Amino acid sequence: MLVTPTDSRPLDLAISGIDKSFGPVQVLRGLSIDIPDGQFVTLLGPSGCGKTTLLRIIAGFELPDRGQVRLGGTDLLALPAHKRPVNTVFQSYALFPHLRVEDNVAFGLKSRRVPAAETTRRVREAMETMRILELARRYPHELSGGQRQRVALARALVNEPEVLLLDEPMSALDAKLRKEVQGELKRIQRQYEITFILVTHDQDEAIAVSDRILIMQEGSIAQDGTPEEVYERPVSRFVAEFMGSANLIPARCPGTPVAVCGFGALHLPAPAPWSQGHLAIRPEDIEVREAEPAVNGVRGLISERLFRGDHWELLIRVGEGTSLRVMTEPDQQHHEGQHVWLELPPDDLLVLRD
Amino acid sequence: MTLPRWVPAVSWLGMTLLYLPLLAVAVLSFNSTRYGQSWGGFTVDWYARMVSNEAILSAAWNSLVLGVISTVLATVLGTLLAIGLNRRPWPRWFKRGSDLAINLPVVTPDIILAIALVGAFAVLREWSAAFKPGMTTLIIAHTTFQISFVTLVVSSRLTTIGKDQVEAARDLYANTGQIWLRVLLPQLMPGIIAGALLAFTISLDDFVVSFFVTGPEATTLPLLIYASVRRGVTPEIHALSTVIVVGTMLAIIAVTWIQAARTAKPQE
Amino acid sequence: MRANTCGWNSRQTTCWSCAIKPVIIHDGYLTTKPHLYGRGALLVGLAFLWMGVFLFAPLAGLSALAFASRGEYGGVEWTFTWENLSRLAGHDEFGFSWNHLLILWRSVVLAAVTTVLCLLIGFPMAFWIAARPAAARPLLLALVMVPSCVNLVIRTYAWQQFLGSQMPAAWVAQHLGLVPDGASLYPTVTAVYLGMVSAMLPFTVLPLYTSVERLDWSLVEAARDLHAGRLRTFRHGILAQCMPGLLAATILTFIPSLGMFVISDMLGGAKFLLVGNLIQQQFGSMNNWPFGATAGLFLVIASLFALWGLRIVSEREAGRR
Repeated sequence: MLVTPTDSRPLDLAISGIDKSFGPVQVLRGLSIDIPDGQFVTLLGPSGCGKTTLLRIIAGFELPDRGQVRLGGTDLLALPAHKRPVNTVFQSYALFPHLRVEDNVAFGLKSRRVPAAETTRRVREAMETMRILELARRYPHELSGGQRQRVALARALVNEPEVLLLDEPMSALDAKLRKEVQGELKRIQRQYEITFILVTHDQDEAIAVSDRILIMQEGSIAQDGTPEEVYERPVSRFVAEFMGSANLIPARCPGTPVAVCGFGALHLPAPAPWSQGHLAIRPEDIEVREAEPAVNGVRGLISERLFRGDHWELLIRVGEGTSLRVMTEPDQQHHEGQHVWLELPPDDLLVLRD
Repeated sequence: MTLPRWVPAVSWLGMTLLYLPLLAVAVLSFNSTRYGQSWGGFTVDWYARMVSNEAILSAAWNSLVLGVISTVLATVLGTLLAIGLNRRPWPRWFKRGSDLAINLPVVTPDIILAIALVGAFAVLREWSAAFKPGMTTLIIAHTTFQISFVTLVVSSRLTTIGKDQVEAARDLYANTGQIWLRVLLPQLMPGIIAGALLAFTISLDDFVVSFFVTGPEATTLPLLIYASVRRGVTPEIHALSTVIVVGTMLAIIAVTWIQAARTAKPQE
Repeated sequence: MRANTCGWNSRQTTCWSCAIKPVIIHDGYLTTKPHLYGRGALLVGLAFLWMGVFLFAPLAGLSALAFASRGEYGGVEWTFTWENLSRLAGHDEFGFSWNHLLILWRSVVLAAVTTVLCLLIGFPMAFWIAARPAAARPLLLALVMVPSCVNLVIRTYAWQQFLGSQMPAAWVAQHLGLVPDGASLYPTVTAVYLGMVSAMLPFTVLPLYTSVERLDWSLVEAARDLHAGRLRTFRHGILAQCMPGLLAATILTFIPSLGMFVISDMLGGAKFLLVGNLIQQQFGSMNNWPFGATAGLFLVIASLFALWGLRIVSEREAGRR
């Protein structure tokens, strides 16, 4: 079931300069991405950022106003959707209610008039891979949400497309099922070596499955990197807030490697490129100290303490109206109302773009 | 929940209102007295006479032919209309106007439709003699108000099917012909048949429009019964009416039973 | 961007439209606007053409006809006149008479009273059916529907039979002295109402039932919880929730009732004239089409009025919720 490219050059997806507007609203601005063959890419962003529109453009249900989409050397935009070697798993699964599961899965093969014997064989293999073989003769309305999703996946994968598009496939599943499916998606992608493009607004999901995350904001790419890069080193305020991992500190920087913020002055490794902007620091990088630290010490009051199983999450008030989230080891004993010293090591302070 | 005591009483009153007269006719159909209503004795004579009554048979045949032809025409036109409206991105004003146009025959009182058609045929008669009052005008008239019903039923079915499936089929390499054949039509068929049945029922039952539009040779069952009532009802008419009522009852109960059976299929 | 294959025919050629018009996407295939709307227009046009010729144009013609004159021997003379309207309002060649206005008034009153009676009977019926076990409900609804699918003529003449002088009902009334001996219970106003209510009742019960079925009883409980009296509980707990069904039932009962003429004809006798009868006469024996059209116009306007009034009420209710 491995994908064998028809020519020796792997089929990379090259998207360049995509503009798309719906009436007065511009949804995509000059979007350009290169996706090498076999990569698991996630388009991550809030609703309205254009990620689903981009997916539909690749699938063939929208035409961009400007720009190009090429797969290998082929211009995809000149092909209607049913001629593109791209398959989609829809958010609503879009299973055909009047066909049994096995007929649903076989649909794409039958459309292309694949001989019956081969169709049966491939359908069977796909259903085995997705572990739905025993559901073959059932109808979609007799299946649970998780089962339907597996059918939708099998229906797409059996065609061995060059690119598989997934539109928020796990939004209808409960948390436990979601974890399972995430693992399975990763496994299948490795096995089939197909390019996967996943669209979601859930950052945990993106981090769990992707090789590469593209964070989208209002039609352009805010950050493009591996899950670690995006999570640990957000480049802009939007990304930092969206990933929800870091503390945001508004600050002023007069040109020296010192930033002045609401609760004091912080030393930076290098001057910030702006005079007014934001710093970020992750909760696990802030240290709680007994005494005032040598560099970047901040005095604060513990206003909340939540146990998270493997760590404590402290909400510490510093300065007027600003709170920092800090993570500590589970064996550390603090209490609410306690005054503590915090250390914000300069090397862990991220200077955001804005 | 507990209902006040008068609720069942009122409900039975309502049911009585609906069925009592029909029951009276049924009883009379077995009455051997030919004129008047005093009870003369039980007989099924009238049913036998009904079956061999020329006028009744001719009217029944007319009703049937009229129903079938007008239903076929209306189903074709109405289905095409529903498909055309649903599967194209028409601008809003067009959709609104179409909605209005389709709903117009449904909300307009029968008699207004009738006189409009009479007017139309009067004008068209100047142009061709084919539009003189008779079977042709009946068929045209029935088709005209049936189209809306078919369109509404098929449209709603199309909306239920939704856009996603067409896109999914397209994504799975199906061209337009295949999408119609393998995805849309199989799911649309029940709607088309339902629309056709609805139209057929409406045609069989119609009195007001037929009354205005028909000619001397083309009598339908409702018209025949009306004429009989005017002249003086014969017991064969009682028999005919009872047959129609019972037939309708059986048909509706059958449809209800089938629908109930279908929705009782195992769900997750 | 140009489509190099013509999306709507299977031949891989490029037609004039694909060559010069910009490509759009529809349901995943590449096409052009002329293609898309051209075929759509064909599908839609057939039915609309039919209905236009046989329905819409004549309806427009009717509105115009209301202002035309009657010719010498019964034809139509297309000279503009207010005569028909004034005749409807009571002024004809013999001076003012209440005749026609009475007819209009009677029609509206009949429709209104019928609607109220149907609601009074139909609402409890809807509740009663909803309270039956689930298996019985479709059957009961079917039973309610059956008479409405039976021909109106049959149903009405059945009332004639039932109210006949030798039938039990008339017999009881004769013995109670309500009617003279040997008389039947029709043609009377009561007979007309009996006929109307029994004819329209199914159209009232069914929409009411759909609302009642969806009733959220917890809201009723809440009202009772807050010590609302029985009337208040009913009003705010039940009635408020059933509004959509109530409005639908009113429309479906009132408007057809306005246009009825069969029932009044058969059960009300020659004196009990309604708008429908008036129209029927003008297009029949009286051969005065323009006047008939005017009466028809009144009917249409009354129906539209009712629809509009009910729409306002429903929007107010929806806004309140």
